[in-house]
Amino acid sequence: MQNTMKESDPILEVQNLFASTDNLPILKGVSLTVYPGEIHAIMGRNGCGKSTLSKIIAGHPSYNVTNGEIKFSGENINSLEPEERSQSGIFLGFQYPIEIPGVSNLEFLRVSTNARRKFLNKEELDTFDFEELVKEKLELVKMDHAFLSRSVNQGFSGGEKKRNEILQMALLEPKIAILDETDSGLDIDALRIVASGIKKISNAQTGIILITHYQRLLDEIEPNYVHVMADGQIIKTGGSDLALELEKKGYEWTDNFVKET
Amino acid sequence: MVEENLVKDVVKEPYKYGFVTDIETEKIEKGLNEDIIRLISHKKEEPKYLLDFRLKAFKKWQKMEEPDWAGLGYKQIDYQDIIYYSAPKQKEKISSLDEVDPKLLETFDKLGIPLTEQKKLTNVAVDAVFDSVSIATTFREELAEHGVIFCSISEAVKNHSDLIEKYLGTVVPASDNYFAALNSAVFSDGSFVYIPKGVTCPMDLSSYFRINSGDSGQFERTLIIAEESSSVSYLEGCTAPMFDTNTLHAAVVELIALDDASIKYSTVQNWYAGDEEGVGGIFNFVTKRGKCLGKRSKISWSQVETGSAITWKYPSCILLGEESIGEFYSVALTNNLQKADTGTKMIHIGPKTKSTIVSKGISAGNSINSYRGLVKMGTKATGSRNYSQCDSMLIGDQASANTFPYIKSQQPNSEIEHEASTCRISEDQLFYLQSRGIEFEEAISMMVSGFCRDVFNQLPMEFAAEADKLLALKLEGSVG
Repeated sequence: MQNTMKESDPILEVQNLFASTDNLPILKGVSLTVYPGEIHAIMGRNGCGKSTLSKIIAGHPSYNVTNGEIKFSGENINSLEPEERSQSGIFLGFQYPIEIPGVSNLEFLRVSTNARRKFLNKEELDTFDFEELVKEKLELVKMDHAFLSRSVNQGFSGGEKKRNEILQMALLEPKIAILDETDSGLDIDALRIVASGIKKISNAQTGIILITHYQRLLDEIEPNYVHVMADGQIIKTGGSDLALELEKKGYEWTDNFVKET
Repeated sequence: MVEENLVKDVVKEPYKYGFVTDIETEKIEKGLNEDIIRLISHKKEEPKYLLDFRLKAFKKWQKMEEPDWAGLGYKQIDYQDIIYYSAPKQKEKISSLDEVDPKLLETFDKLGIPLTEQKKLTNVAVDAVFDSVSIATTFREELAEHGVIFCSISEAVKNHSDLIEKYLGTVVPASDNYFAALNSAVFSDGSFVYIPKGVTCPMDLSSYFRINSGDSGQFERTLIIAEESSSVSYLEGCTAPMFDTNTLHAAVVELIALDDASIKYSTVQNWYAGDEEGVGGIFNFVTKRGKCLGKRSKISWSQVETGSAITWKYPSCILLGEESIGEFYSVALTNNLQKADTGTKMIHIGPKTKSTIVSKGISAGNSINSYRGLVKMGTKATGSRNYSQCDSMLIGDQASANTFPYIKSQQPNSEIEHEASTCRISEDQLFYLQSRGIEFEEAISMMVSGFCRDVFNQLPMEFAAEADKLLALKLEGSVG
């Protein structure tokens, strides 16, 4: 199966990426290639650079890429603004979704969806048509309509915030979704809802990168590849069994790999 | 709701009201003295009591000192270097709009305020003021059928002298403050509204103030009287051309509400603010005050202040009548080197009076934006209540925001509640919106309109949309 997939072009290619913030090096040569239909998991200790990698792919202004490149659909995107990356189909699910007081969730979702639709040369949706679309997507994450009239993420519980992220993913229909610890802070029921949402949204054309500490999300969504990160590098790559082994042996086990390299 | 594309278009535009109308004007010589005041009064064929009112105000003004407590630090105004009367030349008596100079009609057309019969706004009556004089007032006959008087104040002096004599200067006395005294001495025109007993004004009334000359000040005076059980919603808009000199605007607005009457007064102020280096712009020193004279009367101010180099303005309510209500909803946005010192005074005199203050200040660039407000409970204001909420939003790290709430209570059986907050648009919030495909400036304007929502909800529909656009426009290039 994996061989046939590789006959198509990769969605995302991260090549020997070095990045720093405030002159502090965080990524020290990360390479990662994602093909359509693939699910990748990235695991590793806190501070190993997982979240930084996801933010850099999304275009966060606080980080400087000092070497290497990020290609999306074959194009170098190093100089693109975050909004341009989003419009072209890169989605970052935030570990800590940001609260935006005063801005209604519905309006936010609509403006965001229309920005993506405009890029795709699709007709932009007015309030009424958007209501229809969003109603359908709410089902996927089992969210109540009332969430739409509240301010973006304001006063949402941890689980509600994460479901709101998946709702955004469902509306934006990205080509690649990077989900940064989407499973953290979720109880088992919420985890199942989120996982089933992700599965329903993804298809043979999309790529997914799951950043996680835990096996339990990977029980719900089985990855094709598992990467272990430490100190700004991917130190080991394997299949889904690597995650199971990691769960058993802990990160201490991976410390040996660092020593080897 | 913000129409996204509209905002994007607007964001790219510079100050679009900065044009000058090339029209022959009648100006009197520069300077201020008794003769000038007599000349203004004579030109307007005023009765003696009004000339006396002006001269008395002038004497008071001469003895007063220009206030500096707001610490606005503007350059000294030379009051002898201002022209106090400037009017476009036209026929002596104009009986219909057809006789108004087409250039003037065109000017207001360009400002989005069409005045001619075919094009006039359908649901709003407009009084258009150009420099020192009122040009035209629409829908007068229709309003007259309901007994509503809506005309220029000069006309009211001629035709409704009894009302002017009875009420002018009763809310803002001539000696109230430096700029009110100056206005009382030299005011040239403005709007007059009278709503008779029991009448709900059938449409919104509005005044549009246009300063065209660079060297003349605008000193308009507005008087609104709402008789028992009547109600009216009044809108006010202002623009001016771009000059590299500062133009003085010192207006006085007086509102009077009798038993069970209600007046809603909304302003969108977009005077020219000066350029990025702070050159030019209007000095806006305005005294606005309403008197809730009657029982259960209500006066509600809402304002969106985006223009002027300097704004000094405190629309206030004197709550005399039992159970009367005062409201103040304000959005003040400053950018570049603008300075705004604005707020309100709620003076609770009668028992069971209520007031609400919601103020949202947004400072960007190197601007200074201050809320200054007074809540006073008098000895007889038993069971009275005030609620104040003052929020500030900072954009960038060079702007400043201040809150100066003054509270004076002489009545233990009353409640005063004050909440204040300051926030800054964070990089994380911007990144979050951007990472959802929303462009930088649109992200800012979304957050700003979100911040202002409580106030925008109080504005009449057409104003709310305009206010939203205006804020987006003003914030162009303010960040990053």
